[in-house]
Amino acid sequence: MTSAETEIIFKLNGREVCLKVPVTMKTLAMLRDKLGLTGTKYACGEGECGACTINVDGKTVNSCLMYAVDCDGREVVTIEGLRTPDGLHPVQQAFVDHGAVQCGFCMPGMIMQAQYLLENNPGLSREQARRGLEGNLCRCTGYTKVLDAVEALVDRSKCAAAAGRAAS
Amino acid sequence: MSETMIAYLAARRLDEALQVMADGDATVLCGGTDLAPQTESGSRQYKAKLLNIRRIEGLGSIEAKGDEIRIGATTTVAAVRRSAMLAEIAPVLVEAAEHFASEQIRNAASVGGNLCNASPAGDMIPPLLVLGASVELACWQGGAVRMRRIPLERFFVGPGKTVMLAQELLTAVVFDRPAANFIARFRKSGPRPALEISAVSLALGARAAGGRLSDVRVAMGSVAPTPLRARHVEAALEGKSLDVATIAAAVAAAGQDAKPIDDVRASAWYRGHLVRVFLEEVLNDVRGN
Repeated sequence: MTSAETEIIFKLNGREVCLKVPVTMKTLAMLRDKLGLTGTKYACGEGECGACTINVDGKTVNSCLMYAVDCDGREVVTIEGLRTPDGLHPVQQAFVDHGAVQCGFCMPGMIMQAQYLLENNPGLSREQARRGLEGNLCRCTGYTKVLDAVEALVDRSKCAAAAGRAAS
Repeated sequence: MSETMIAYLAARRLDEALQVMADGDATVLCGGTDLAPQTESGSRQYKAKLLNIRRIEGLGSIEAKGDEIRIGATTTVAAVRRSAMLAEIAPVLVEAAEHFASEQIRNAASVGGNLCNASPAGDMIPPLLVLGASVELACWQGGAVRMRRIPLERFFVGPGKTVMLAQELLTAVVFDRPAANFIARFRKSGPRPALEISAVSLALGARAAGGRLSDVRVAMGSVAPTPLRARHVEAALEGKSLDVATIAAAVAAAGQDAKPIDDVRASAWYRGHLVRVFLEEVLNDVRGN
């Protein structure tokens, strides 16, 4: 049985990890079942819902579709890695502040995707946020408060950028 | 093949990958967005080896060499969407990438994978067909890399089936730089704009001059076992003045090209209707410009 396992080394939430994984295991199963990181959720298992969204080399992907062996040599960030030493990540805090979380099951994926969008699109518009979150389903919130939370962060970063320009 | 016995290989060089494939017993992995659900559901079986091609050097870029545009097989759909060069040269491809699945899937899914999956609904296919694209297939033969090219319209033979041999790897899709007066349009449909497997898709490409279209290519998706060139529609448009009568004739001809079926996503009647609506819309749009 061990012949089917492959050793991989990658960076997970800033720390190097080395482990053996079955060749056809998906990254989601590796995170949850082998590494005990259960923040990333399994829901549809086929890339339709986004609950399993993680960040690999700076880009978000559905971890249910990604082969664990393909993590080799890459940098993986999960919802557990988003937390800062001071507490919640600003995106997490904004979701809390805007009441964007109800049952919470989709939230790890939603927040990973929101963080990716904010990081890569300075001045993200509400419409761009809607398009960018198309791959994340939520059955509770109706998305309005999610978009409010994202929008609030855009405003803040715009202000910060403007303040930076004014100071220089 | 028992999943517990599959050997894994992540190639760095093309020749290395092709030698692994030479016995025809390797399953190719790139983004995994089709392979994972297909193998999980059991609709597809793994071969003895799982070959990851994502790290192969030289397969992941979009380049213009002279008048030829080349999109490497492992280029992600997200990279197509972001490509300033394609936005300039072939905006129809960027438009198709724009509404391809979701951001997370676009970040993983490869252009080569979308072609090799050979779905009648593959979103990158109709735009590439109207660009007159060909696919480049490589294999290991007689101790060397051998390449052949196949026009994309002859690549597909049925749902999930292509002319590619088990020993072959699709390395790139290539097309000639479109003429300055080339125009193209793409439309797809489904109940929501994202994560939708097209109920119908349609692409138009042609040279437009003096109110007439020439070198007309029309491609349709999800109306037959493979994406197809709509030859009757093309003939109804070729060289004609793009007026109300020509558009009506082209729309009427669509029924001779589209042979849709009923399935879970749409009825044959609806697909037949929608493909005519799309055709009429894109032709009116071109005429209006």
